[in-house]
Amino acid sequence: MKFPQPLYTRLFYSFILVVGLIWIWYSAVPANMVTNGEIPAPQTGFLAPDFTLKTLDGQTIQLSALKGKIVLVNLWASWCPPCKAEMPAIEHVYQTYKNKGFVALGVDSTIQDTPVNVTSFVKDTNLSFPILLDENGLATRLYNIQSLPTSFFVGPDGIIRDVVIGGPMSEAYLQSQVEKMLKEVH
Amino acid sequence: MLPTLQIGPLAFPVPQLSLLAALWLGLSLAEKLSSRNNISVETLYGLVFTGLLTGVAGARLAYVLQFPAAFIQSPASLVSLNAGLLNPFSGFVFGTLGMLIFGQRARVPFWNALDALTPLLAIMAVGLALAHAASGEAFGAAANLPWSVTLWGARRHPSQIYELMAAVLILGVLFTQIKSYPLPGTLFLAFTGLSATARLFLEAFRGDSATIIGGLRVAQIWAWVVLILVCLLMEYRNHRAIQKDGKNG
Repeated sequence: MKFPQPLYTRLFYSFILVVGLIWIWYSAVPANMVTNGEIPAPQTGFLAPDFTLKTLDGQTIQLSALKGKIVLVNLWASWCPPCKAEMPAIEHVYQTYKNKGFVALGVDSTIQDTPVNVTSFVKDTNLSFPILLDENGLATRLYNIQSLPTSFFVGPDGIIRDVVIGGPMSEAYLQSQVEKMLKEVH
Repeated sequence: MLPTLQIGPLAFPVPQLSLLAALWLGLSLAEKLSSRNNISVETLYGLVFTGLLTGVAGARLAYVLQFPAAFIQSPASLVSLNAGLLNPFSGFVFGTLGMLIFGQRARVPFWNALDALTPLLAIMAVGLALAHAASGEAFGAAANLPWSVTLWGARRHPSQIYELMAAVLILGVLFTQIKSYPLPGTLFLAFTGLSATARLFLEAFRGDSATIIGGLRVAQIWAWVVLILVCLLMEYRNHRAIQKDGKNG
């Protein structure tokens, strides 16, 4: 068998490693280039797109007004079985952590739903967290919703920490995400 | 970007489908090439499934230990299909340990086994790049170039396409050269070295890099460390092979 000559291979390896080091130093991220947290986009690391929507009982809630709290933005519809399946878990976690600064927002994609069905489902399941009606599809568009449910965990700085497409989310997952973000705050 | 594929009332997650398809294709290719590495098909599947099972179990166990209170309140979540309830690093460690134990018990030659797994790893790298392209994760840094794409509110490097091109190129280079490797393990080391080089180079165009002091990108530093290890191992094994060759000749 023929093996490469040691001198050539050593020179080649050394060249690659030195060039690699120079490249690491050259491509370091300048401090003023980190803009993810300033751009609103429905993706982890970006600012959660802001919206103002009405709740079922007519109150107005603006997402950016909840800065300083941990927010779960859960986009759902009353005809969607996995959306309905995860609601009791969201309610339970909301009840456990609401006094520690956790807010759950159930944003009903009303452009593909009816308020009557939403009201009926919310009553039947005894949901106590705010249910918002996205009547003109603003949040559905801003959050680029392609399937329901889709959930966004938003940190106290308004930046999205995690995105979950599909469901139902397990209660342990919800709780662990909230606990993880609460650790950041305290 | 195509995070979900809607077929009638059903929504399929495209990133996960890409990874599943890559696993299937990778296993098929690894199976076809297993005889070149003196590994039986049964042993190959045994290795992969042991790795997958111990990896998933370890990843879930680590997550449970990280958030025990969440599972005490909801014990049914222990067996939940929710992929978020996994700790990926622990999964990698447990999966590797599982495969090592299986390999030792089945007396599988270490370097041959790694070579046999390389086709699977190389195709999984392609699948991962496709998954990133579908989900919009691993996105590029803002850049106004003729080939930039608009993603997450800015014109950006199409980093997922760079990743895909690199993965396909590595796959092509490795498997057009497959007959010319002199030592068992060279295929795996070549794959690892090329992948580390690609990551070291392409990470510079990412917009989501984790950084440390001075803005240095963590993934590049890890890739460089892996590259050193690969170079040292290649050099050491080559040196020993030349000595052995000299004694025999």
